[in-house]
Amino acid sequence: MISELGLAALWLATALAGLQLFAGVMGQRADGVAGGAITALVRPAAALQALLCVLSFGLLVVLFLQTDLSVALVANNSHSAKPFIFKLAGAWGNHEGSMLLWVTVMALAGGLIALLERRLPEKTILATLAAQAFLCLGFYFFILASSNPFERLVPAPVEGAGMNPLLQDIGVAIHPPMLYLGYVGLSVAFSFAVGALVTRQVTPDFARIMRPWVLSAWIFLTLGITAGSYWAYYELGWGGWWFWDPTENASLMPWLAATALLHSVSVLASRDALRTWTVLLGVVAFSMSMLGTFLVRSGILTSVHAFAVDPERGSIILFLLALYIGGALVLFALRANTISEGERFSAFSREGALVFNNVALSALLGIVLLGTLYPLLTEAFDVKVSVGPPYFNPVGAVFLMPMLAILAVGPMLRWRRDTFARVKWPVVTVTVAGLLVLVGVSIVADIGLLPLLGIAMGIVVGIGSVLPLLGRSMRRLPLATWGMVVAHLGVAVSLFGMGTDTAFTTEKLVAARVGDTTQVGPYQVTLDAVYPVAGPNWVSLEANLAASYQGGSPTKIAPQSRSFWAPPQQTSESALLTRWNGQLYAVIGGEAPSDGGADRWQLRLWWKPFVNWIWYGGALIALGGLLSLIGRIANDLKRRAAKARGDARREEIAA
Amino acid sequence: MTSAFKPKHQRLMLLALALVVLIGATLLAAWALRSQASFFYVPSEMAANPPEPGATVRLGGMVEEGSLKTLPDGVTIEFVVGDGEARVPVVFRGLLPDLFVEGSGVVADGSLQPDGTFAAKELLAKHDENYMPRELADMDMAQKQQVVAETE
Repeated sequence: MISELGLAALWLATALAGLQLFAGVMGQRADGVAGGAITALVRPAAALQALLCVLSFGLLVVLFLQTDLSVALVANNSHSAKPFIFKLAGAWGNHEGSMLLWVTVMALAGGLIALLERRLPEKTILATLAAQAFLCLGFYFFILASSNPFERLVPAPVEGAGMNPLLQDIGVAIHPPMLYLGYVGLSVAFSFAVGALVTRQVTPDFARIMRPWVLSAWIFLTLGITAGSYWAYYELGWGGWWFWDPTENASLMPWLAATALLHSVSVLASRDALRTWTVLLGVVAFSMSMLGTFLVRSGILTSVHAFAVDPERGSIILFLLALYIGGALVLFALRANTISEGERFSAFSREGALVFNNVALSALLGIVLLGTLYPLLTEAFDVKVSVGPPYFNPVGAVFLMPMLAILAVGPMLRWRRDTFARVKWPVVTVTVAGLLVLVGVSIVADIGLLPLLGIAMGIVVGIGSVLPLLGRSMRRLPLATWGMVVAHLGVAVSLFGMGTDTAFTTEKLVAARVGDTTQVGPYQVTLDAVYPVAGPNWVSLEANLAASYQGGSPTKIAPQSRSFWAPPQQTSESALLTRWNGQLYAVIGGEAPSDGGADRWQLRLWWKPFVNWIWYGGALIALGGLLSLIGRIANDLKRRAAKARGDARREEIAA
Repeated sequence: MTSAFKPKHQRLMLLALALVVLIGATLLAAWALRSQASFFYVPSEMAANPPEPGATVRLGGMVEEGSLKTLPDGVTIEFVVGDGEARVPVVFRGLLPDLFVEGSGVVADGSLQPDGTFAAKELLAKHDENYMPRELADMDMAQKQQVVAETE
C-alpha cells in the first residue's frame, strides 16, 4: 500500500510538472505579466510538486525502514539484520532510490523558488519555473520508464540480498545526499540562466537573486566532495584521498564550473560585467552535473558507484543530456548577441583577477573532462588505456598554480581599475614568503616539484587570504567578506595538507608477530593481540595495536578485516589516530605464511603528516560559503524591511 | 590597458583571451594524454610487443593456479598472470585485495622490469558482482566466449 501511494505521488508530481511547464510557457506568450488565469497556477504547481516528491521519497524511506521485502528495490538492496542507519541510507544507496532523491531535490528547489522569489520580473520567474519543470519532467520520465523504485516483487523473498558492504558505512548516510543537494541544486542556476535568456533579463538583479542559490548548491557540493574523499580514504584502506577515478571527476567537474560561476556571478552582481559569460556558466555547471550522472548511472564506467549496468537507462540519460544541454546551448547561441555589453574594466582590477580565475577554472574543467572521457574515446578504436595521476597532476598544475598566485592578491584589488603601487607591499610579501618556503623546503628535503609547489602555494595563499583583513575594522567587516577570507584560507589549508602528505608520507608494510614493534614516522606501533570479533552482519579479524607518539604513552587502535555474509564480501576497516599534525593509518591484512616461528600478521601502517588538513580545508571552504550566504541573505532581508518601511511611510504621507 | 578600447573591443579581447587559454589547455591535455595515459596489456600482447621498461601500464589476465607464493618477508607476493598464450611473472608488495584468488582475473597497475617481471604497484581485483575494473569486465566476457567456442 505504501509503495503504491509513493508511486501515485510520483505520477501526480509528473502531471503537475507538465502543468507548470505549460502554464509557464503560456505566461511568455501573453502580453504583459498576466497571461491569463493559467499563469497563476505556476507557483502553486511547483510548490505542490515539491510536496508530492518529498512525500514519495519519504514513503520509500519508510519502506526501507520496515524492510518491506515485497518491494523489489528493498529486497535487492536491504536486509532485516542491517543496522538502522544503513536501512535509512539504503533508501538512496542504490540506483532507483538515488534517482528519486535527485528529482526530489530538483522539485524542492523549484518549489522554493516559487515560494520565495518575488523580486525578479514575474515573466522571468515564470520562464525559470517552466525550465525547472522541463528538467523535472525528463527525470520523472526516466524514473517511471526505467527505474521505478516502488516496483513490487512477487513472490516476496524471505530475506533481502543486503547492501554492498563497502557502502555500509556512516559515509553513505552523508556523502550522497550532500552531493545530490549540490549536483541538483545547480539545476536552479541552469533554470535561472534559461529564464534570463528567454526574457532577456541578464541584469545585476538577476545575478543577486541567483547568487544565494548557486552558493547553497556549491556549499553542499564542497561538503559532499570533502566527505566523499575522506570516506574513500578510510574505507578503501589504500590510504589515498583522491584517485582521479571517473566517479570522483564526475563530482569535481560541476564543482569547478560552480566555483567559476560563483565568482563570475559576483562580478555581474557588483559591477554589471561578464553578463554573457555568467549565463553560459549557469548552463555549463548543471550540464556537468548531468554528464556526471550519465557517466556514473549508465554503467559506462564500472566502479563502486556504478550500481546500474543497463543500456536502456544509459540511453535515456544520454537523450536527456543531449536535449537539455543542446537546447540550452541553442537558446544561448540565439540570444547571446542580444545581451548588451556590460560595464568595462581595466585588466588590472578585481574584475581582471576574477576573469583570470574563471578562465583558469574553465581550463581545469576542460582538462578533467578530457582526461575522463579519453579512455571512453580510445575504447571506440579498440585501444584500452587508463588515465591517472601522471596526466591529471602535472597538466592540472599548469593552470592551478597561476590561478592560486592570482588568488593570493586578487581580493585586495579594487573594482574597475587599480594600480600596482597600491598593492605593491602585499605582492612583495607573498612573493618573498613563497620563495623562502620554496628554497627552504627544497634545501631541507628532497621532494617532488608538485608537492613542493603545493606547500609553497599553500603558504602564499594562506598569507594572501588574510591580508584583506589588515587595516579593516573586524567588527564592521561584512559577513560576506569574512566568508571569502575563510574560504580562501580553506584552499590554502587543504593545499598545504595535500603537499605535505604527498611529499612526506612514510609507509611500513610488515609481517608482525604479537609483541613486535614497528617504527613508522614518529610513531612506535606494537602488535598486542589479534582476535576474532562479530558484528550484526559480519565477523572480523581485529588487531590490537598500541601506538605511541615519539615514545609517549600508547594509544590503542584496532583495525579490522571484516567478512560480511549478506552479500558475502570482505572489507578492510582501517584504524586512524588523528593528531593536529597528521594521522596514523593502520590496516590489517591476513595471516602471513608461516616461516617456522610464531604466527605472523600482515600490517600496513602509514604516517601521513597534515593529511587531515585536506579535509579541514574543505570544511573551511564550505564554512566560508555559509558565512557568505548568511551575510547575503541578512543584507537582503534588511533591504526588504527598509523598503517596506519606506513604502509604509510614503502611504502614510499620501493619506 | 583594456579600458582604452571601445566596449566592443574589450569584449573581443576577453573572448580571444579565453579562447587562447582554452585551446592551449586542450592542446596540452591532448599531448599529455598521448604520453601519460597508461595502456592496457594482456600477457600475449606484452610478450609480443613489450612496453618500455619503467613505463606505467596495466596488465590484465588470470592468476595461474598454484603460482601464488609469499616470500619469506611475509608481505611480498609473487604470482603468474596468464591468458592461455603467454605468462608474465608478477611481483607485488602489499596487502592482497580481498577477492584476489588463484584462477580468477586481476588487473595490475605497474611497470615491466628489465628482467621481464612485472612490478605491480596496485592490484585491482573484482570486489563483487557490481564492481570490477572495466578491463576485467570485458575480459571475462571475452573469456566466456572463448570457453563457449572451445566446447562447441
